[in-house]
Amino acid sequence: MNDAAVSEDAPRINYLTNGFSVKSWLLSVDHKRIGILYLIAMTCFFALGAVAAGLFRLELATAEADVLANDTYNKLFTAHGIIMVFFFLIPAVPGVLGNFLVPIMIGAKDVAFPRLNLASWYIYMAGGLTTLGAIMLGGIDTGWTFYTPYSSVYADSNVIMAGTGVFITGFSSILTGLNFIVTIHKMRAPGMTWMRLPLFIWAQYATSIINVLGTPVLAITLLLVVFERGLGFGIFDPARGGDPVLYQHLFWFYSHPAVYIMILPGFGVVSEVIACFSRKRIYGYEFVAFSSLAIAGIGFFVWGHHMFVSSQSEYAALIFSALTFLVGIPTAIKIFNWTATLYKGSVVLSAPMLYTLGFIGLFLVGGMTGLFLATMATNVHLTDTYFVVAHFHYVMVGGMMMAWLAGLHFWWPKMFGKLYNEFWAKVGAAVIFFGFNFTFFPQFIAGNMGMPRRYHVYDLDYQPFQMLSTAGAFLMGTGLLICLITLVMSLITGKKCGRNPFHATGLEWNKADSPPDTHNFTEPVNVDVEAYDYTDERIYRDA
Amino acid sequence: MNTAVKTSPDVASDYAQSVDALYAYLLGVSVFFTVAIVAVIIFFTIRYQRRKADEVPEPTKDGKLLEILGSVIPFILVMIMFFWGAKLYFDARLPPKDAIEILVTGKQWMWKVQHPNGKREINDLHVPVGTPIKLTMTSEDVIHSYFLPSFRKKMDVLPGKYTQLWFLPEEEGEHHIFCAEYCGTEHSLMIGKLHIVSPEAYEAWLSTGGAVSTVAAGDDPVLAGKTLFEANCTVCHSGMPGAIGPNILGAFGTERQLESGESILMDENYVKNSMLNPNEHIAKGYPAAMTSFKGTLNNTQMGQIIQYLKSAAE
Repeated sequence: MNDAAVSEDAPRINYLTNGFSVKSWLLSVDHKRIGILYLIAMTCFFALGAVAAGLFRLELATAEADVLANDTYNKLFTAHGIIMVFFFLIPAVPGVLGNFLVPIMIGAKDVAFPRLNLASWYIYMAGGLTTLGAIMLGGIDTGWTFYTPYSSVYADSNVIMAGTGVFITGFSSILTGLNFIVTIHKMRAPGMTWMRLPLFIWAQYATSIINVLGTPVLAITLLLVVFERGLGFGIFDPARGGDPVLYQHLFWFYSHPAVYIMILPGFGVVSEVIACFSRKRIYGYEFVAFSSLAIAGIGFFVWGHHMFVSSQSEYAALIFSALTFLVGIPTAIKIFNWTATLYKGSVVLSAPMLYTLGFIGLFLVGGMTGLFLATMATNVHLTDTYFVVAHFHYVMVGGMMMAWLAGLHFWWPKMFGKLYNEFWAKVGAAVIFFGFNFTFFPQFIAGNMGMPRRYHVYDLDYQPFQMLSTAGAFLMGTGLLICLITLVMSLITGKKCGRNPFHATGLEWNKADSPPDTHNFTEPVNVDVEAYDYTDERIYRDA
Repeated sequence: MNTAVKTSPDVASDYAQSVDALYAYLLGVSVFFTVAIVAVIIFFTIRYQRRKADEVPEPTKDGKLLEILGSVIPFILVMIMFFWGAKLYFDARLPPKDAIEILVTGKQWMWKVQHPNGKREINDLHVPVGTPIKLTMTSEDVIHSYFLPSFRKKMDVLPGKYTQLWFLPEEEGEHHIFCAEYCGTEHSLMIGKLHIVSPEAYEAWLSTGGAVSTVAAGDDPVLAGKTLFEANCTVCHSGMPGAIGPNILGAFGTERQLESGESILMDENYVKNSMLNPNEHIAKGYPAAMTSFKGTLNNTQMGQIIQYLKSAAE
């Protein structure tokens, strides 16, 4: 049967054509439309965060202050961190790809609580706009970490408003996490057993658990900072008998697992893309699935490695160091298994695959440099230097952002029914990869040489590295623009595609149209195959 | 314009060298695995590239061997990192007994330093070569962090608490001092120079006014502390007959028995906390009769009393 012929005869109503009014989008409880709402909002937040980074990278090109005043610089790196962490990295894959794909991948019509899902988006927007308001109306200069007593007593900027914004957004994460957990438990199609779930679902599941367990701690911590600042509570202020280090414990209790909230969904994307473009079942499916849960579990007990020089007990630091090394093991297993999946596969370097292989390379560097920071003696030297900045950008940008772009390119034809220009998509991937390395690799060297982070002016010795960094940032920005233009152009001039242009396994490719029907499936779904069965000839029929 | 671009930090002590050795091990392991995995990926991508559009490869059986090797080998390598790193970290924590103690106070955005004889300087730090230096640090406002990159050492400086950082200057020279914990507007200007000079030059420097000294000599913290102690503490805490508190002259640095049955080390943090929250730890055999000195004594004065108690215990 030829799909294209059918759609020309009588275009079937899909989720995109089911109503064109603004209201039909803003009040939609369709998980796919909500995913698109997240996509639009998140792209805007990402653009703002990127502009902030561009501005302070210009300032940092030379050792002296020449573009920005010190307060402006401080507010820009704070805005960059808060926007990117809370409004892009944490919600990107769950909010956009998770919303769009979780129900389809398990054979459900929607998430378990569709209205709650829409409410989550509104909460996300309310938090985002409140925080944005704080940034626009004078800004906030505490760094995204809101360390006390600077944030609670000394900072002369919009801490209360920004903290409230992040506090509000947290509920969006909690509710989305809850929604996914229930959906994955209760709404799987007949035959979709746990061991047949795509690894993307396992990753979303693990992430949701961290979201539900961890985010309330961040929420209450930020609320305490707001109360301390506004009402004079003395929880973190030593002048009132409080303890500023307590804040750091509470903050990192959430914010370290938050790293896994950011990266685990990316792992899920990577597993799907590698399987598809090497036509192989992911090597060691069970190990990869359970390593996500292991990471989510152990990840809750490593937060103290952010605090080796904070005056916490040496023995606590010892335990945190050991556990941090342990959490590296399931991560290493994933990388070995992805690599092993390529073995004797049928490998195609498509755009999503380029992003994914880029992810593995960059995440590998991010993970390896994590060892330097887990090691106590080297941590003391490297913490709070550019080494840390480079490390977490390799994990979050090199890892999470590359995985996000891999996923976006992979499922783009499914979401919009259009193919993008493969050549330009690959150019975008390559430019982002090289730009990224130019930006962040020199920062490892500057950090090991002792350059502290969050410095507005700095010693001349570090200037060559900062100059390279700035040049790289603009190269990376160019790559992101190429990527954006390529994707947007595909909506206008892109070739239409059928159900399964990449011949991938999974219900979203084989049972749902591109773009999917409002109710996802037009026929009953019954799963009779294992995950990633690339020998199943049915997946090669449609394109 | 200087000719060569520096790519590694200065090495100012044996400890810095041993941290660098550990760093080299970490770098070796990291580079080896990164290059190996990337090479394997590139090889597989080329060797197994799709040749025909309808090509479907044979599924590979999952082997346990890769999972086991993939867990055990990294585990062994990281445990070496863990023990090596922990050993160095603990070695670097405990200051030697003969260290010269220098007081450092962080304040937005400067380092206030006071030497044992009372001489002060701002941001910079003069120390004699060859003698261990112990910095006892606290902050007047937000959290700062005292960072000596050439010594690979760093310690946060907190309000309401004393922290310590020690190092052994082994060669004369000048090195960076940075504030590493973001502390507000002029965080990047909270920097100074560490001047390592000969013992004679240090003595000479101590006894002169010097351009950086803001307070005249004679401002000895121990003497100031003695005066304060005699005005505020002596009646109960110097072993007078009928005193209602324990004699604490000479007790600094010892374990103190508490009414709760526990014991606690009498260090800077304990003494300061006892002045602020006297009823948190009650000395064994004494009533909870002391009142807080919060608002009566300021941070500097409490620091001076601590210095006096330390000297009284020597």
